[in-house]
Amino acid sequence: MAELQVTVVSADQSVWSGAASMVVARTTEGEIGILAGHEPLLAILAAGEVRITDPRGTVVRAKADDGFLSVEHDTVTIVARYAELATA
Amino acid sequence: MGAQLRVYRQKIKAAQTTKKITRAMELISASRIQKAQARVAASGPYSRAVTRAVSAVATFSNVDHILTTEPPKIERAAVLLFTSDRGLAGAFSTNVVREANELTTLLRSQGKEVVYYLVGRKAAAYFAFRKRAAEEIWTGGTEKPEFETAQKIGQTIVAKFIQPASEGGVDEIHVVYNRFVSVVTQVPEVVRLLPLEVVEGVETPGENEILPLYEFEPEVGDVLDALLPVYIESRIFNAMLQSAASEHAARQKAMKSASDNADKLITNYTRLANNARQAEITQQISEIVGGADALSVKN
Repeated sequence: MAELQVTVVSADQSVWSGAASMVVARTTEGEIGILAGHEPLLAILAAGEVRITDPRGTVVRAKADDGFLSVEHDTVTIVARYAELATA
Repeated sequence: MGAQLRVYRQKIKAAQTTKKITRAMELISASRIQKAQARVAASGPYSRAVTRAVSAVATFSNVDHILTTEPPKIERAAVLLFTSDRGLAGAFSTNVVREANELTTLLRSQGKEVVYYLVGRKAAAYFAFRKRAAEEIWTGGTEKPEFETAQKIGQTIVAKFIQPASEGGVDEIHVVYNRFVSVVTQVPEVVRLLPLEVVEGVETPGENEILPLYEFEPEVGDVLDALLPVYIESRIFNAMLQSAASEHAARQKAMKSASDNADKLITNYTRLANNARQAEITQQISEIVGGADALSVKN
């Protein structure tokens, strides 16, 4: 299965980047799940958690406040003013 | 000790003390450049992502939005200046102010009213001394910019931009800051932030690459509304970081030449002091010899 390239960036640094099989984020409209091959999307994020499932099935959780999400060509960028990895 | 010699010794001491200070400042700046540069680099991904998203929305949607459309008549333009809080950084702040003055002349010749927003104590002092009005001033922390400051500035500016010109809002936003090219070069730069024009770092698609047609959630207009402040903030933050890195680089350069200059002064004054001392000794010898001669003739 094709993989997603995910980057999580905050205003002053790049928080996380790597390959993933699925990304789940909370937009202002509700939760959205993104798999490889998703159509190009630009969505506004609501405050909340972003769950990134990497190809081995491990889940990375990141807190992202006040930002947006863009998807294109299997590249997912999560941009937030403040973002950090949640310590699970 | 002769009077002349004492004066030279004083001057040497003064130059040595100055050199100690300038040398210390030079070293401090040198170590801070690295950190500031690293921060510029670290904020790169964010501003790239934001810029990309903005250009995506601007290019792939044909909605009329305040962000992308140019008002038919521009009445008032805001100029945002980024200077330093402290001096002793060569022409750092002067360059920005000069560039801003040129911009002002240009904008006025186009029949636009110019309002100023200032960052840094140096710009504030320049405006206060000339009794020029500034809309708002932010001082403190130019050496180590905080994102919160960028946010505050962004909010103020965006609020003004959304306000119609008849109610005191602005139609155009320009920023003037020192762009950090390298440790030896910093270029004062004028960029028009809004309305959007050529966006720095936009990735133009290759010949065969088809740009994606975006789906927006919730709506194109809402996405733009949310992106506008984010974009402005990220550009302002970037300008602040670049400016901070440039400030340290400019200060290091200025302090290095000051230290070199002090060195030169010390060398010159040491030569003069040696001369004066030798002259004194020569005079004393000739006085002794003269005196002895006079005595021996009498006998």
